[in-house]
Amino acid sequence: MSGLALNNVTKEFGTFTAVNNVELTVPHGTFVCMLGPSGCGKTTLLRMIAGLDLPTGGTIQLDGEDITHVPTHKRNLGMVFQSLALFPHLTVGENIAYPLRIRGAPKEDQKKRVDELLSMIHLGGYADRPVSKLSGGQRQRVAIARALAISPKLFLLDEPLSALDAKLREAMQVELRQLQQQLGITTIVVTHDQREAMTMADTVVVMKGGEIRQAASPIEIYRRPADTFVADFIGSTNLLEAEADSTGGVAVLGQPVSGVSLGAGVRKATLSIRPEDVHLTAPGNGALSGTVTFVRDLGGTIETFVDIAGRQIVAVSTPRARPDVTVGQPVGVVLLPDVCVVLAK
Amino acid sequence: MRREAPQKLSDYGPLFFPAMMLTVFFVVPFATMIAVSFFQRQQGGFYVPAFELANYQRFLSLFFANVLGFSLMLAVTVAICCIVLAVPFTYLLTRMTRKVQIVWLVALLSVLSLSEVIIGFAWSTLFSRTAGITNLLVMAGIMSEAKALLPSFGAVLTGMVYQAFPYTVLVLYPALVRLDPTLTEAARTLGASPVKAFFTVVIPALRNTITATLIMVFIFALGSYLLPQLLGRPQHWTLSVLITDQAIYQSNMPFAAAMAVFLVLVTLGLVALTVLAGRKGEAA
Repeated sequence: MSGLALNNVTKEFGTFTAVNNVELTVPHGTFVCMLGPSGCGKTTLLRMIAGLDLPTGGTIQLDGEDITHVPTHKRNLGMVFQSLALFPHLTVGENIAYPLRIRGAPKEDQKKRVDELLSMIHLGGYADRPVSKLSGGQRQRVAIARALAISPKLFLLDEPLSALDAKLREAMQVELRQLQQQLGITTIVVTHDQREAMTMADTVVVMKGGEIRQAASPIEIYRRPADTFVADFIGSTNLLEAEADSTGGVAVLGQPVSGVSLGAGVRKATLSIRPEDVHLTAPGNGALSGTVTFVRDLGGTIETFVDIAGRQIVAVSTPRARPDVTVGQPVGVVLLPDVCVVLAK
Repeated sequence: MRREAPQKLSDYGPLFFPAMMLTVFFVVPFATMIAVSFFQRQQGGFYVPAFELANYQRFLSLFFANVLGFSLMLAVTVAICCIVLAVPFTYLLTRMTRKVQIVWLVALLSVLSLSEVIIGFAWSTLFSRTAGITNLLVMAGIMSEAKALLPSFGAVLTGMVYQAFPYTVLVLYPALVRLDPTLTEAARTLGASPVKAFFTVVIPALRNTITATLIMVFIFALGSYLLPQLLGRPQHWTLSVLITDQAIYQSNMPFAAAMAVFLVLVTLGLVALTVLAGRKGEAA
């Protein structure tokens, strides 16, 4: 199979399990974002793919070949580090040429490839500058160009954009995604920024406690989260307890609702509903009844906080569909069955 | 960060104490020595103020040129040996756990607490025929009979490298600890084996530190006068040994002073050349 395959990959540091039995296949040419809170094992997993750390269990395959014990320098990969790790004693051009020089490529070929890469990252003519004279965004590009110099089989990035300011980061996300599509290279990015993951990835891998909680396309992760952690971690959501009685009637927060089913035989579950899917109406008519506690008007969006039986629910709406509510007013909350995700308790 | 240049006289206040100490304990004695180097020696160990170049003239002979040449060669060899041993050692040390690092650093510091005399006698015992390390080799069956390894150039070199090694490590340690470990990791992901990464990334990134350490060990080794006497033959004696000999045993202060001044000038010249060469290398 072409691409990367992780089979039961495990990493233990003493008694602490950083990565636990990870199974993942990354088809050739896909862009994968590994997303999770700090300490979830995503960086350790990336370092094992790079060969900088060795797994204590399981195997890693690249294009059908077992590379679990192949040393890093023989894996033919490109990696961008969080610190970028540009060599301070070399110029921009020498940094980019480093992987070619190490492999003994002829001088003319090195120069040609460096010029090619510099124009690709829009830094033509910068070859002789010292890296210390570059701005943050330019260093970022140089690190990317250096990692891509040998046209690697695998392109790995560890929190590559975290050092940039918000505006530049957004621009670089788009640029990185376009570059990846243009080159068709298998790419794995570790990030804790869900916007970054949603922007760039074909597949988002959500990790927690060393385990993969869900691996799916960004929209699938957003629309159909696998569990309450994923639902809460990706975007914001309202998590509501639901109970089914013996006849299949469902009550949310103690109030009966119609149209929602928890599935056969399930008595207790959690419903996830995105704030933009919460509809506010007049009280009654089968809607959950609550009280408006706060309205946050941000201009572009309006967040309405509703208290239902001591539980706070957030509804987000656009200015055009502004709900006609004031603080302290009773209000009805409609849960549309097709936007509620039922999550096992 | 650039600070404003001092404006008033009182801005120089903090400099006053160090400047005074430097004047009293360095500038004045050094000036005295320069003056004495031109004085005239009296028979019987005294000297009178004069201005004559006889002391310098006496120094300009093939014998002293050879001694000077040997001293510089020995100091350079010691410096190079120390760097070649200490750079990989310190690099590996910085990759160890904190606990291991502390044990090693304490061991190195305890070597520093040994005086030159103790180091000299310890090595002369270790290199001797009767109680030396060759006896161990005989026991292991590698050598047929024990022999003395001193006096010899190798013994002098070993003793001086042993003495200078802890200084070298302690000077290199901070720079190597601060070196970003992801630099070597990056080199490995880019196709360099760990050894290649060490030579193409770690060494070049530390070029300035290594040059500075080289100069420091060189100057340190140039001043050594006990170990060459304890572990070497007379032809292994350095200029420092001859200076001591002239000053203390021959009571010829003016000549000793002249040699010392000459040694300082040659050393400064060499250091300046090294710094200049380093600058040029950086500019290129």
